[in-house]
Amino acid sequence: MLQEHAKIVQFVSLANEVNGRKKMQKMIYILKKMDFPFAEKYELHMYGPYSEELTLRVEELCEMGFLAERFEDKGSYKQYCYQVTDEGSKFLGTAEEPRMQLPDCIERLNGKSSRFLELVSTLLFFDQLDKDEQIAKVRIVKNKLNFTDQEMDQAFAFIEELQACSAS
Amino acid sequence: MAYENEKLPEEKVFKDPVHRYIHVRDRVIWDVINTREFQRLRRIRQLGTTYLVFHGAEHSRFQHSLGVYEIVRRIIDDGFSGRAEWNEEQRLVTLCAALLHDLGHGPFSHAFEKVFNLDHEHFTQEILLGQTEVHEVLSRVSPDFPQRVADVINKTYPDKLVVSLISSQIDADRMDYLQRDAYYTGVSYGHFDMERILRVMRPTEEQVVIKESGMHAVEDYIMSRYQMYWQVYFHPVSRSAEVILMKILHRARYLHETGYAFTQEPTHFISFFEKEFKLKQYIALDESVLLTYFQLWMEEEDPILSDLCDRFVNRRLFQYAEFDPASQYMKIGELMKLFQEAGLDPEYYLVTDSSSDLPYDFYRPGEENERVPIYLQMKNGDLRELSRMSDVVDAISGKRRTDHKIYYPEDILMDGSNLLHEKILEVLRG
Repeated sequence: MLQEHAKIVQFVSLANEVNGRKKMQKMIYILKKMDFPFAEKYELHMYGPYSEELTLRVEELCEMGFLAERFEDKGSYKQYCYQVTDEGSKFLGTAEEPRMQLPDCIERLNGKSSRFLELVSTLLFFDQLDKDEQIAKVRIVKNKLNFTDQEMDQAFAFIEELQACSAS
Repeated sequence: MAYENEKLPEEKVFKDPVHRYIHVRDRVIWDVINTREFQRLRRIRQLGTTYLVFHGAEHSRFQHSLGVYEIVRRIIDDGFSGRAEWNEEQRLVTLCAALLHDLGHGPFSHAFEKVFNLDHEHFTQEILLGQTEVHEVLSRVSPDFPQRVADVINKTYPDKLVVSLISSQIDADRMDYLQRDAYYTGVSYGHFDMERILRVMRPTEEQVVIKESGMHAVEDYIMSRYQMYWQVYFHPVSRSAEVILMKILHRARYLHETGYAFTQEPTHFISFFEKEFKLKQYIALDESVLLTYFQLWMEEEDPILSDLCDRFVNRRLFQYAEFDPASQYMKIGELMKLFQEAGLDPEYYLVTDSSSDLPYDFYRPGEENERVPIYLQMKNGDLRELSRMSDVVDAISGKRRTDHKIYYPEDILMDGSNLLHEKILEVLRG
């Protein structure tokens, strides 16, 4: 009961801090694709895979006082940052032990920009396709972001890195 | 004549309580309707367990799919055709996507998906692109046509206007289900002036927009949606039935995993329990199959499975109480302990469930919102976001409403057989 809530608190706790709603959305999606057991359902939206369920769960966790949301005005953009509260740390006691690879994967993800994670998660959204088709799809649905070939290569390399990390 | 342009010798019409008639002239549409995968939707209710609360709500996803097709057909043929912003070459793919957008729904969609960690949208794609009758019909248009239909439904189609007709904050899907669900449940919410909305819809490169003069009709549509969610879709009794349904499937899976000898072997479910199912097995499932198993499992020796099935079939649902997770999450731990001591497995008899809805939201530049807003087209051609123009919509924009409940078998707790039951009720009601 409330296990899915506990998993999100655990995720934020392991990340120490998550900067941006978009980043959190993409990180959880990518972890899901790496077979970590998050339950939130995703659809393709404006910024790539997006979960309304996750948005709701995070809002609830803030209302419950388990997560603290901080609004930052970065000038050209604004973002919401998330940390676990003291109350949230107590609640974490109800969570099941995570897979041992989770902290490492989260650390690698948290070190990337949200633009890069948007690319990685969108590529993963089309992972049933061949590599060329995946790239073509991303170029169609993300045409305004003009991802370079170099970014594509980096994204595929990162996916391989994560797959190795999550399976180790 | 090319198959994609072929018309039926005579127009076919379906009588429909919401739209009066659904008109079919295109051979492709007629052939798609007659495929086994589309006919399967007759055996899946649009509103899942809601019929246990609103007894009229027996309508199927087949009806809804035809309704969405009819709305899109009218938007295109009566509203967009001949306008410079509309590309007539997109007509057939749009109609097919409208008709097939719910093709992958399984029995009691939401509950079934949750238990087996499935996604109906994934199955929609698989049916469109796999070896199915639907795929065979669509492929006759052109080899890439099934993929184009799949892309529209998956929201990855390059023409965003086409996507917005099927999936946006004011789309044919919502316009049909609000009216249809209101009609079949018998509630007086959910009604709005769709004729007016269809008349004021305008195509643009990126999405459908609404002529400024249609603002009040759209306000009414958004309020209808808001009311339907809380009066019908999130009805706590219907949710209670859904909770029990999920617990039945959980229990059956658990029993299978632990080697329990079923009197009635769960043949249709085994591949799902073992996560090795194929599309064919998914398509073979419908609500009559599930309900048949529930009837048979009422006679199983496992007391939990038989009790849960009896509860679902005979509508002996769980009672519910309000639950505030923020202040009461510790209570859950206490209740779980008490349930165990009283011999009631909390895994099956103590359930928390949440509902939440965001009636309308808009994109704020620089923020991370993901919803494409509704735009009004002003007389000079400028576009204005709806909530900037409408006080009514502004009042509910971006405001999420959430409701948490805790479900439990009050009938058992009230039977006086165990002193702990009273204590549990005290905690639940406290």
